Amino acid sequence: MAANDIIQIHHVNFYYGAVRALTDISMQFEKNKVTALIGPSGCGKSTLLRLLNRMNDLIDQTRVEGEILFEGRNIYAPQVDPVEIRRKIGMVFQKPNPFPKTIYNNITYGPKLNGVPAADLPGLVEQSLRQAVLWDEVKDILDKSAMNLSGGQQQRLCIARALAMKPDVLLMDEPTSALDPISTAKIEELVEELKRHYTIIIVTHNMQQAARISDQTAFFYLGNLIEYNKTEKIFTKPDVKQTEDYITGRFG
Amino acid sequence: MNTNGMAGARLMRWRYLKQTIFFTLVRASALLIVLALGGILFHIFYHGLSAINWEFITRPPTHSMTKGGILPAILGTIYLTVGAVAVGLPLGIASAIYLTEYAKQGRVIRLIKVGINCLAGVPSVVFGLFGLGFFVIFLGFGSSILSGSLTLGFLILPTIIGAAEEALKSVPQTFREASLSLGVSKWQTIYRIVLPNALPGILTGSILGIGRAAGETAPIMFTAAAYFTAKLPGSVFDEVMALPYHIYVLATAGTNIEATRPIQFGTVLVLVAVVLGIDLVAIVIRGYMRRNKRW
Ligand SMILES: Nc1ncnc2c1ncn2[C@@H]1O[C@H](COP(=O)(O)OP(=O)(O)OP(=O)(O)O)[C@@H](O)[C@H]1O
Ligand SMILES: [Mg+2]
Repeated sequence: MAANDIIQIHHVNFYYGAVRALTDISMQFEKNKVTALIGPSGCGKSTLLRLLNRMNDLIDQTRVEGEILFEGRNIYAPQVDPVEIRRKIGMVFQKPNPFPKTIYNNITYGPKLNGVPAADLPGLVEQSLRQAVLWDEVKDILDKSAMNLSGGQQQRLCIARALAMKPDVLLMDEPTSALDPISTAKIEELVEELKRHYTIIIVTHNMQQAARISDQTAFFYLGNLIEYNKTEKIFTKPDVKQTEDYITGRFG
Repeated sequence: MNTNGMAGARLMRWRYLKQTIFFTLVRASALLIVLALGGILFHIFYHGLSAINWEFITRPPTHSMTKGGILPAILGTIYLTVGAVAVGLPLGIASAIYLTEYAKQGRVIRLIKVGINCLAGVPSVVFGLFGLGFFVIFLGFGSSILSGSLTLGFLILPTIIGAAEEALKSVPQTFREASLSLGVSKWQTIYRIVLPNALPGILTGSILGIGRAAGETAPIMFTAAAYFTAKLPGSVFDEVMALPYHIYVLATAGTNIEATRPIQFGTVLVLVAVVLGIDLVAIVIRGYMRRNKRW
C-alpha cells in the first residue's frame, strides 16, 4: 500500500438487485489530490462515489463485493458504523440540497449533533463559509432561510456545510452541473484551494473542468474502469482508444 | 376531401356535445353536495339556534335533562377528543415512521398496511365493544375518560397513520440524504429533519380523525359516556357526559323526547361548533409550525 493512498478499492462489484452496476473495480485515491471520475451517463460514476461513504446503504436490495479501505480499514466490515464513515467522508450532491433552515443552522446542523461545543459554532460557521467563498455574500443574512439563496450560493452553502464537519475526504457528484459559468468558476477555484487540506473526488461531465482541476482522472464505461492515470496523460495521450474517443467527443 | 371535412365537423360537434353533457353532470353533482351541506347546516341552525344561550353552555342539565344546559357534555367531549388525539397521534406517528422509514418494504409490510386499511373500515361499535372488554373490564379502567380516550384513540389510529405516512413520504429524499451524509444518524435525521417537515401535513390529515373522535357515539357508549352526571369530572377515571351520546339519549330515551327537540338541535349545533373549534386549534398550531420553519 502506497503511504499516500487514503482510499483503496479492491475488486469491487456492485449490484442493484440482479443488475451489476460496477464490475471488478480496483483503484486508489491519493491524499490531498483531486481525482476526477468521468464517463458517459449510466457508467456507474455516482454509484462508485456513493459506495465510498456508504450512501448506497439507503437503497434496498443492493449488494457490494470486494473491499474498500479507508485509511487501511475496510469500511464494509460488519463492525463498521456507516455514520462514523460519513463523518470523515463528506459529500456534495448534484442538485444543491440545503435544509429548509437558516443559513447559520444549515452549517451548524451536523457539528451540533456530533458534539461540537456551542461556543465553537459561530467561529466554525464563519470559517466554513469563508472556505466555501460564501462568507462575504451571506455574512449579514445568516439568520435568513437558505432556500432564498441562488442555486450557486446554495451549492457553496452545501460545500460549507460539508466542510463544517471537517471531513478528510470530500465527494462531489457533478457539483456544478446545475450552475451558471460564474458560479462554476467559483466552485472550481474553491476545489483548487480545498485540496491543500482535503482529498477530493469529483464526478463531472465537463471535460475542460476535469482537465483544469484534477490531478488524476479515471474513465469509466459500462461499469468498468477503463483507464486511470494522471490527468495530463489522460488528456494528452490516453492509452486506450475508448478514452480518447470519449474525451474528444467522438464517442458512440 | 369534402365528405371528410363534413364528417370531421360532425365529429367535433358530437365531441362538444359530449363535453357539455359531462360538464353539466359534474357541475350538478358539485351543486348537489353544496346544497346537501347547506341544507343540513340550515336545518341545525334553524331548529337549534333558539336553544342556545349563555346558560345552555355554562350549566349542567336540570329537570331530568329537559331544561338547563349541557356544560358537562361539552367538557366531556373536549376531554375525550383531546385524550383520543393524545393517544392516537403519537402512536400513529410512531407506526408511520416505522412503516415508511424503517421497515423493509415487502410482503409483511404490505400485509400490515392492508390490515390498517381494514381497521379504518371496521364499524365503530366494534371498537366500542373492544374498549369495553379490554380497557373497561380487563385493565379495570372502568367507564371513564381514560377508557373512552383510548378507545377513540384506536378508532382514529388508521386515519392518523395514513396521514402521517403520506406526510413522511412527501418529505424530499434529498433532505434525508443531506443529513445522513453529514454523519448524522438515521434516528436523528428522522427526528430533526423528516418529522419537523412532515408535522404540518400530519396535522392536516389528522383533523379528519379529530372530527370523527368528537362525533362518534358507539365507541364511548360502553367506555366513557354517562347518561347523566351534573358533576364535572375530577380525574381521568371519572365518567363523563358527551355531546353525541347526549343527543342520542335525548332523541331516543329522554323523559320527554318531543319537548326537548330544541335542546337536541342546540346540542348538535354545539357539537359542530366544538369540532370546528378543535380543528381551528389544530390549524393554528400547524400555521405556527410552518412559520417557525422559516422556509
Ligand atoms: N437506485 C437504483 N436502482 C437501480 N439501478 C440504479 C439505481 N441507481 C443507478 N442505477 C443504475 O446503475 C447504473 C449506474 O448508474 P449511476 O447513477 O452510477 O451512473 P452515472 O455514471 O452516475 O450516470 P450520470 O452521469 O447520468 O449521473 C445505471 O445503469 C443505472 O440505471
Ligand atoms: Mg451520476
